[in-house]
Amino acid sequence: MGKTLFDKIWESHVVDQVDGGMEILYIDRHYIHEVTSPQAFDGLRKRDLPVFRTDKTVGTADHNVPTKNQHLPIVEELSRFQVAKLHENCEAFGVELYGLGHPYQGIVHVIGPELGLTRPGMTMVCGDSHTSTHGAFGCIAFGIGTSQVEQVLATQCLLQKRPKRMRITIDGVLQEGVLSKDIILYIISQLTAAGGTGYFVEYAGSAIRSLSMEARMTICNMSIEMGARGGLIAPDTTTFEYVKGREFAPKGAKWDQAVTYWKTLYTDEDAIFDKEYRFKAADIGPMITYGTNPGMGISVSDEIPSASTGGSFDKALNYMGFQSGEVLMGKPIDYVFIGSCTNSRIEDLRIVADYVKGKQKAPHVQAMIVPGSKQVEAQVKREGLDRIFQEAGFDFREPGCSACLGMNEDKVPAGAYCVSTSNRNFEGRQGPGARTILASPLMAAASAIAGKIIDVREQLN
Amino acid sequence: MQKFTKIQSTAVPLPMEDIDTDQIIPARFLKATTREGFGDNLFRDWRFNRDGTPKADFVLNNTMYSGQILVAGRNFGCGSSREHAAWALADYGFKVVVSSFFADIFRGNALNNGILPIQVSQEDLHTILTAIEQEPTTTFEVDLEKQSFILPGTSLAISFEIDPYKKMCLLNGYDDLDFLLSKRKQIEAFEAQQLVF
Ligand code: SF4
Repeated sequence: MGKTLFDKIWESHVVDQVDGGMEILYIDRHYIHEVTSPQAFDGLRKRDLPVFRTDKTVGTADHNVPTKNQHLPIVEELSRFQVAKLHENCEAFGVELYGLGHPYQGIVHVIGPELGLTRPGMTMVCGDSHTSTHGAFGCIAFGIGTSQVEQVLATQCLLQKRPKRMRITIDGVLQEGVLSKDIILYIISQLTAAGGTGYFVEYAGSAIRSLSMEARMTICNMSIEMGARGGLIAPDTTTFEYVKGREFAPKGAKWDQAVTYWKTLYTDEDAIFDKEYRFKAADIGPMITYGTNPGMGISVSDEIPSASTGGSFDKALNYMGFQSGEVLMGKPIDYVFIGSCTNSRIEDLRIVADYVKGKQKAPHVQAMIVPGSKQVEAQVKREGLDRIFQEAGFDFREPGCSACLGMNEDKVPAGAYCVSTSNRNFEGRQGPGARTILASPLMAAASAIAGKIIDVREQLN
Repeated sequence: MQKFTKIQSTAVPLPMEDIDTDQIIPARFLKATTREGFGDNLFRDWRFNRDGTPKADFVLNNTMYSGQILVAGRNFGCGSSREHAAWALADYGFKVVVSSFFADIFRGNALNNGILPIQVSQEDLHTILTAIEQEPTTTFEVDLEKQSFILPGTSLAISFEIDPYKKMCLLNGYDDLDFLLSKRKQIEAFEAQQLVF
C-alpha cells in the first residue's frame, strides 16, 4: 500500500519506537521566541544541560514587542524583561537570535520561510501552535508546550504518538474576491473548531495547487483552529521557486540534490487516509466569523445560524452582541487589524495596497497594518506601499504579533468590533472585552474603507 | 514532576464548551519567566471584573464548589499551545480535568505537569455534572493505577484511557526529558545517517 506524504516524512524522522505506541521523533528545526522559552532554558540550567544542537535552533522576539519605536527600549517593564531574558538565554546557550533591531526579526512563522530555514521534508517545532504554518512547504511542523521546548533544546527530539491522517481536497476555481483565508475559514466552519483534533491534515486539490506560497501558509497556519496538530501541502515547483536563493536555502549542487529529494515528497495514489473531505472552491464566499471560536464562520452574505450547541453558542453571540438570523453586512465596525502570522506577508500587504490605493478609510475606523517581519517592512517601503497605506489613513507599523494577541500595547478596547486578519476570535484575545471578526486581508481592507462590513465581491469589477 | 497516584475530591463544574487557553490564562499574563504564580490569573476575565473584584456568578468564586477536579465541557484547552494554561490549573490546585474531549496540545501539556486529563463520554460528563449540581459536596475517587473514575456508592464507574508510557511517567513522577536523555546514543546514531537538505 502507498504512503501519505505525512507518513513519508514522519517515518524518516523516527529515532526509535517506545512501548505503547509512542515514537521518538527527530526535529530538524526548532524556532523559539520570548514567551514560551524562558522556563525551558531554566530547566536546562537546573539539570546543567547545554542546548544539544545550536545549529538547528533559531530565536526571535515577536509576541511582546512594541510596533512603534522599536529602536527605543521597550517601555512596558515585564515585556522588556522577557525580551531581555531571551537575549540573555540565547547568548548564554549559543543560540542564533534575530532579536529586536535585527534585519531578520519578525513573527517566527514569517521569518522561518522567508529566510529559507523552512524547507520541504523537514520536521519542525516551536512553542507556538501556529507552527503549523510551515507545513505549506511540505514539512511536518507543529506547536509544542514549554516542557517540550526544553526537551527539544536538550535532545533535538520529542516523544510523540503518531496522529491520524486527514485529507481535505478543494477543487475548482475561487470566485473573484475570495482568498486562501476564506478557504481555511470555510473549512473550519464546516469541520468545527474540534473537527481536526487527533489528525494531521494534508490539503490537496487543484484550488490548493494554484495558490502561491504565501496563500498556502495562510491555510496551513489555521489548521490548529480546527484542532489539527498541523497541516501540510505537497511541495511542487511553486515551493521550489519560493525557497530558491533564500539566505539559508541549499545552493549549487546541494540545491539540485535537494530538489531531487523534494520531488519524492507526495502522497502515493493508493495511500489511505483515516478521514477525507472534499469541497468545491466555487462554493466558498468571502468569510467572516460571528462568534468566539474560528469555527463560527459564515459567508458574508449569510445569516448567523441558530444555536447548535446550547449554552456556549448563546454565550458567544451574547459576547459579540449578535443574534441568530442576523446578517452582518452593513454592521459598523471600529477597528481593522491587518497582520499576524496568518496574513502579514508581502503578498497580503500588496493585496491591501491594491485595494486601498486612492481611497480613504472611514473616519470612525482605526486601521492598523503590522508587517510580519523586518524584511516584509523593508519590501513594503521599497515598493512604496507604505505611502499608499498612509494616504488611505492606515497606520503602518513595525513588525510583531501586535493586536493578534494584545500582549503589547496594541489592543482593541472592550466592546469594540475589530475586523482582523489574524486567526483567533476568542473572547478577550485582542484585549479584554474586544470583539474580533476574522476575515481575509481584502475583506479587512474593504471594511476599513466602508466603515462597516461589506461584501467585497460587490466592489470588484 | 510530582507523582500522581490516587485522589479523592469534590469537583468544580464548568460545563462551557470549547474553553480555549486564552480563557484559562489570557495572553497579557504570559510575561512571567518562571512557572509559578499563574493560578492567581486562572480564568482571569471570567473570574474577575476589570477593577479586580470577583465576579459573583463565576464558579470559582462560588464557595459551594471547590476541589482538585475540574469538570469541563467538550474541546477543553483548544487554541494556543501555551503551557501556562496547565501551569495555571496546577498552581490553582487542580490535579484532574474531566471533559468529553481535549485539545491535543493541552492534553500533552497537562500530562507533562502532573495533571491528569480524563476523557469521558458526553453522557457520563452529563451524569457527573448533574451529580455535582445536585450535591456540590459529591466526592469522586480517581485511581490512576486502575484507570478508574468513580463516584463511590453509585453506579458511576468510568474506566478511562491513558497511554501506558504516560501512565508510568505520572505514577513515578518521571518526565519525557529523563527518558529522552537516556536515548542520547541512539539520537546521535540517527543523526549520523540522516540526509538533510
Ligand atoms: S501572530 Fe498571533 S498567532 Fe501568530 S505567532 Fe504571533 S501571537 Fe501567535
